[in-house]
Amino acid sequence: MSITLLPLLQQIVLVLAAIVLFTSFVLLSQARLIAAIHAFAWQGALVAAVTTVVAATGQTPHLYFSALLTLLLKALLIPWMLHRLTRRLELERHVESLRRPTLVIMAAVALVIFSYWLVLPIVQQELAYTRNIVAISLAVVLIGLLMMVSRQQAVAQVLGFMSMENGLFLAAVSATAGMPLVVELGVAFDVLVAMVLFGVFFFQIRESIDSLDVDRLNRLTETSDEGEAATGREIPRAVAGEGG
Amino acid sequence: MDHLLTVVAWGAALLQALLYAALAPLLVGWIRKLKARLQNRRGAPVLQPYRDLRKLLVKEVRVAHTASPLFRAAPYIVFVTTWLAAATVPLVAVSLPTAAIADIIVLVGLLALARFFLALAGMDIGTAFGGMGASREMLVSALAEPAMLMAVFTLAMSAHSTNLASVIDYQLGTFALRPSYLFALGGLILVAIAETGRIPVDNPATHLELTMIHEAMLLEYSGRHLALMEWAAQIKLLLYGALIANIFFPWGIARSFAPAALGIGLAAVVLKLLVLGAALALVETVLAKMRLFRAPEFLNLALLLALLGLLSQVILEVGA
Repeated sequence: MSITLLPLLQQIVLVLAAIVLFTSFVLLSQARLIAAIHAFAWQGALVAAVTTVVAATGQTPHLYFSALLTLLLKALLIPWMLHRLTRRLELERHVESLRRPTLVIMAAVALVIFSYWLVLPIVQQELAYTRNIVAISLAVVLIGLLMMVSRQQAVAQVLGFMSMENGLFLAAVSATAGMPLVVELGVAFDVLVAMVLFGVFFFQIRESIDSLDVDRLNRLTETSDEGEAATGREIPRAVAGEGG
Repeated sequence: MDHLLTVVAWGAALLQALLYAALAPLLVGWIRKLKARLQNRRGAPVLQPYRDLRKLLVKEVRVAHTASPLFRAAPYIVFVTTWLAAATVPLVAVSLPTAAIADIIVLVGLLALARFFLALAGMDIGTAFGGMGASREMLVSALAEPAMLMAVFTLAMSAHSTNLASVIDYQLGTFALRPSYLFALGGLILVAIAETGRIPVDNPATHLELTMIHEAMLLEYSGRHLALMEWAAQIKLLLYGALIANIFFPWGIARSFAPAALGIGLAAVVLKLLVLGAALALVETVLAKMRLFRAPEFLNLALLLALLGLLSQVILEVGA
């Protein structure tokens, strides 16, 4: 089934899914935290748009609800929370020095090819026109994982984790027209709780090692006296942050 | 009858090639005028590039003592190869005989030939600026060329042909929203900006900066040599404009040689180029020039876009 035989709405679904994959690459190569959070918000909005159009093409009205939920949670609430966190942690102007950016991007391209090879048997099952998107969603999951591996900054790692969730949601929408509503609500609630916990952990990590660079967690001996010196300085700011 | 048709087709092809040379300064004048207006200046008239070319063509040629014959020959080679490359890109009508003798890969090759001689001429005199400009031009083009080829292969895979006329015919015949075309368009626009030396990669308006690329190679040229080099650069800009406008938005292009169809084709392409020129002027006003060492990042993005276009063509559009 070639793309020229599909109706216009289904073509729009494919285009939006391709742009979701592109935002994954943007997220991966973005060194500025605020810009990365914006890219994540756009990815959430695009996933919601894909869900809406899939709902419009098929007889699956419950997908409208999931789309609304995704839009509120992934495109508005979580980016807003992350934005507030980075402001409180004073990381707005933080520019992470990426290690081997070109190599990471090439690895991501290899992951896309790998996931395409992986889902070829599924594609041959002739499920629905959205079956081609399964490869894209798997690639988004793997690129999120790659982002968690390649970044040292805790907030960037959380962004990678959240974008993995986007990929899983996209896979559910494209392979089986969405999960049951109970499961979806549960996952949404889980993500929200995870976000709150991450927020608490950011402050804990920051207090103990005076940085959100998680590579420094490996160095146990040095951080003990450094951490003491840091906490003396850090406590007033952290308390002020939690209050305001 | 068949014989007559061939003559008409070659006549149209020749006319289109002449049109490229005639319209190229107009596009540059239009972009300069718009940029000036956007910066609250009145700006030179739209026809100013023609006057510049005429002035340069009648002026005396001065050549440095150290120049080899290559320095004198380079402007003619650059101009002719660029013009020849332009003649293979459909501008007004699609099924021209020139499109049949050269496909997209030949087009990239012709542009590479022109660039090669431009860089050689830059190094010929032995001034510091010329060599610097040549090395920078090669840095940019070595990164831009793979991206352009990737973008072009994306189109070729959909149309099952590397011929530009077939690609455009295919796009006209079967309309579809293609994710691969979207990415290829993005990649090709970035490549076009880098290759034609526009902001943010190079600044076409100055030759007083240490960061210049294209102008640095032309510093030693004067008179008609300079005129030919400038004219070739203008044709190259028009070539990329026509390539982007006619491949991705081919509607209106003439598919026969009837006068009415050709008229509509001309009006359509002029309209498309005016819009593209306006977009370029706007982008150049809004953006600042990048540091030279960030140009590889810019072109990596172009390569990534083209690669994603290729992948999404395979993953999303072919199907099982």
